[in-house]
Amino acid sequence: MSDADAALVLALRAGDEGAFTTLVRRYHARLLRLAATMVPTPSVAEEVVQDTWLAVVRGLDRFEGRSTFKTWLFRILVNRARTAGAREPRTWSLEGPEEGFEERFDAGGHWQDPPVQWTDTVDDRIVAADVAHRVKAHLAELPEGQRQVFVLRDVEGVGAAEVCDLLGITQGNQRVLLHRARARMRDILELEMGRG
Amino acid sequence: MVLRRRHVVCREAVDLIADYLDGSLPPRDRRRLEAHLAGCEHCTEYLAQMRTTIEAAGRVEPDDLAPEALDELTELYRRWRAD
Repeated sequence: MSDADAALVLALRAGDEGAFTTLVRRYHARLLRLAATMVPTPSVAEEVVQDTWLAVVRGLDRFEGRSTFKTWLFRILVNRARTAGAREPRTWSLEGPEEGFEERFDAGGHWQDPPVQWTDTVDDRIVAADVAHRVKAHLAELPEGQRQVFVLRDVEGVGAAEVCDLLGITQGNQRVLLHRARARMRDILELEMGRG
Repeated sequence: MVLRRRHVVCREAVDLIADYLDGSLPPRDRRRLEAHLAGCEHCTEYLAQMRTTIEAAGRVEPDDLAPEALDELTELYRRWRAD
């Protein structure tokens, strides 16, 4: 399995401190971001991530390369977060689509309050950076389960099967949570960018 | 979800778009959705906004690594190595 971190892992096994700091630079902020989707405060998130790094150096011998290093790292983080009180998926509230969404369709199922175009700028790079900045600002507004799946799948690019394994949820749950997260994030962005 | 009508209305299209975005829509539903999109600017805009949202998510930058955090972790590592 090709692993972008393979060389660093090898060096770290050999006791290379530089490999450790490179991995920290590469992942620490992302681990904090993921931990923040699972535990209630920034200070708990910091503790969880510090515990994760400790577990990494102590347990590196047990990493066999059957998954990527990133997946193994995220798995440790999820376990540490659960130990620190992150709630199990069965406790997640079944937050569905926004109530107001149904009202945007008439009785026949046609849009009566259709989506407003977000921008007419032709510079895609400016638009892309702007929208990314807004997504980041609104991540905390997603409900817990949706937030975790959205960050893992769309922000971090982890595959569907791996996310199910990491979080301990079914494929069906994962699909529903991801779609609701995306739809809700679009709704939030629309309020800022398109309407009113 | 099985759709018995040949033609998709907007409310149904929005549901189909979920699986369409993941490439997991069965071929027949995909054709029905695409036929609807070809004639519906609103659902086309909705799909474009969903794609923009997903692409933007992939570009979200993590916060900068605080120097103190790196120092703390390096110290942690050295202590562990020394043990």
